[in-house]
Amino acid sequence: MAWLQLLLAAAVAWPWAGPAAPYRPNDDSVVLERLPTRPTDPVQRELQGLRAAQAANPADVGAALDLARRYFNLVLDSGDARYLGYAEAALSAWRTTPLAQVPTDILVMRAQLLQYRHQFEQARALLDAAIAQDPKHRRALTWRAAVNMVTARYEAVREDCTRLREQGEKLLATGCGAYLDATLGKARPSYETLRSALAAEPDARPTLKHWTLTVLAEIARRLGDNAAAEAHYRAALATDDSDQYVLAAYTELLGHQRRWDEIVSLLRKWERSDVLLLSLARAERALGKPEAKARAVALRARFADAALRSDNTNAQDEAWFRLEFEADPKGALALALQNWSVQKEPRDAELVLQAALANRDHSAAAPVIEWMAKTGIEDPRLKELAAALAQVNR
Amino acid sequence: MRLLWLLALLLTLPGPAQAHKPSDSYLALRADGARITGQWDIALRDLEFAIGLDADGDGAITWGEVRTGQAAIERYALARLKLTRADRECSKRVTDLLADNHSDGAYAVLIFEVECGPGADGNAEVEYSLFFDLDPTHRGLLRWEAAGRTVTAVLGPDSAKFRLATEAASPLGQFLSYGKEGVWHIWIGIDHVLFLVSLLLPAVYVPARRGWAPVERFMPAFWDVFRVVTAFTVAHSITLSLAALAIISLPTRLTETAIAFSVLLAALNNIWPVVHGRRWLVAFGFGLIHGFGFASVLTDLGLPQGALLLALVGFNLGVEAGQLLIVAVLVPLAYAVRRSGFYRRVIFVPGSAVIAAVALGWMIERGFDLKIFS
Repeated sequence: MAWLQLLLAAAVAWPWAGPAAPYRPNDDSVVLERLPTRPTDPVQRELQGLRAAQAANPADVGAALDLARRYFNLVLDSGDARYLGYAEAALSAWRTTPLAQVPTDILVMRAQLLQYRHQFEQARALLDAAIAQDPKHRRALTWRAAVNMVTARYEAVREDCTRLREQGEKLLATGCGAYLDATLGKARPSYETLRSALAAEPDARPTLKHWTLTVLAEIARRLGDNAAAEAHYRAALATDDSDQYVLAAYTELLGHQRRWDEIVSLLRKWERSDVLLLSLARAERALGKPEAKARAVALRARFADAALRSDNTNAQDEAWFRLEFEADPKGALALALQNWSVQKEPRDAELVLQAALANRDHSAAAPVIEWMAKTGIEDPRLKELAAALAQVNR
Repeated sequence: MRLLWLLALLLTLPGPAQAHKPSDSYLALRADGARITGQWDIALRDLEFAIGLDADGDGAITWGEVRTGQAAIERYALARLKLTRADRECSKRVTDLLADNHSDGAYAVLIFEVECGPGADGNAEVEYSLFFDLDPTHRGLLRWEAAGRTVTAVLGPDSAKFRLATEAASPLGQFLSYGKEGVWHIWIGIDHVLFLVSLLLPAVYVPARRGWAPVERFMPAFWDVFRVVTAFTVAHSITLSLAALAIISLPTRLTETAIAFSVLLAALNNIWPVVHGRRWLVAFGFGLIHGFGFASVLTDLGLPQGALLLALVGFNLGVEAGQLLIVAVLVPLAYAVRRSGFYRRVIFVPGSAVIAAVALGWMIERGFDLKIFS
């Protein structure tokens, strides 16, 4: 039995990772945490000033908005959800005020924070109240269109697009309508319309151009024109290369084409973002890189912590993670359906179809199949998956 | 014009990306009779934002800075955690300060004792308000352990209070619930079942010149089974108790791998018989290992400090009951068909081969931390 002894010895010698436990660092100089900024950084100084102004008069709308907006922009730049809470705290003076009496801009800001946490229904209620106060409020209309789009309330989106056009936002309104039509089975004409609208406004604001290019890329993918989509994504990244959303969408396209090296070089510095971290881990794993394992561990820990606080904002990422990294198709499908009950965009649909396929469960995907039939969406990837799913023995 | 950029987030992608989790603290409270002890993990980043820990302003928080800030941390945190028992506010005393890591960074860990005054017993209430003024999305993740039960709760600005029940379940109820867990575990613990099955399959045979021959009468088979099952039971009861009482502890990976190995050996023995009459010895030896496997389940369930023995006996009896049910179904069936070619050619040898293959897979999986079966 010598080989048994050897085996047991090997098993004992193997590094065995126990659960984390509180410990006493052995030296005062041990660095426990690196802060995102130093107190002397310009951002911190700016925030200190804004905080002081808000604290001096918490009911001052301007000071509260300035502070909340600054923090919200930090959320977008860094993906750090803590800033979301700080932004919300800046608006706490109106926490219990009846909606009709809350200043319009405060309502809209609060709605932005809510939608970030996928609380779309509450966000819409605040935006409705804001638009009731000021029917021409562009920011409120824009956000309501966005929330309605994510939650598949297409008639409401149409109305918001029309109202934006009435406010003179021509290119924005065209993009709004084109994105809607491209979901409703008219991808080709909406693509052409938006492309000529963009060409007709060469002096459009850079942010608006960036956004329009992104919408064009998304529509191109529904047309199955990956080359055009890639060109639009690249043009969008040329105007703003730190837009996490464009990076996520673009690397997703690259992933479908198995261009893993390009993904890794694009995302190397984005490991702090959950969505991008998942794409990065996927690409590194495909390339057989050792880092992929540590990334999976980090993602697993983040999802476990989110579950502890019953936070379902990450349902979509976690579903993909379970499907691709954990070999847990059942868990993935449950999360995919949960995500689908909150948001209904093509990516959410693709997730449900993939998860249902992995479970060989045709009926689980019924709500998505129904949505596809109702909208008439042309996305070739969705159609391919739905066809594969139809082959599964029922 | 930030709005258009923001719109892009929503119209083009389903879920705004979320990196870094929102702020949480982890508060574990444990009641042992009238005594309550606690552990509170609070993120250093949150403490930095609230009271400032980075004394030298270099953007890094060292253990020395945390230790220097201990008094301020205690003052700030304990003022935002109110515990009452029998309508009397309890006092809290920090006994240790440690560090820990969660998925979003380093945490200060306060270990503390709660003193509620003489005679204060019964249900307690916790009221939590840490960081809510600075970050309304902050949550206190509470874990309350009392009388063998663990309750968790998410404390937020709209759910800041939580009643901590301390009534123990009735002894009988506790005994039965651990018994149920025991039955359940042997049924879903497929490795234990396969080990037992591998040892039981040959009970209806005796060794013959070439392989095996069916037994003539039921009683010898019965006594064989009796010896095997008893040996297995006694052995795993010993190690289960020792491990559950934290007298011995072995790495899970080692015990799980050894359990897989035991299944492999028992199955191979059916194909190439080496041991027969002394199978009870094998059952005893490997039963010791399986006991550690059961113990890890029991540890996960958590043992009530007040009713340790009761829970242990309940769980163990549950395991035995589950095991006897398997025996009661399997052995008479095997006896009935022992002479048929079907049993030997379809069940006994190929079945053992399948078990051996599965066990080998487990061994590799567990020993080398790979994923073979999904």
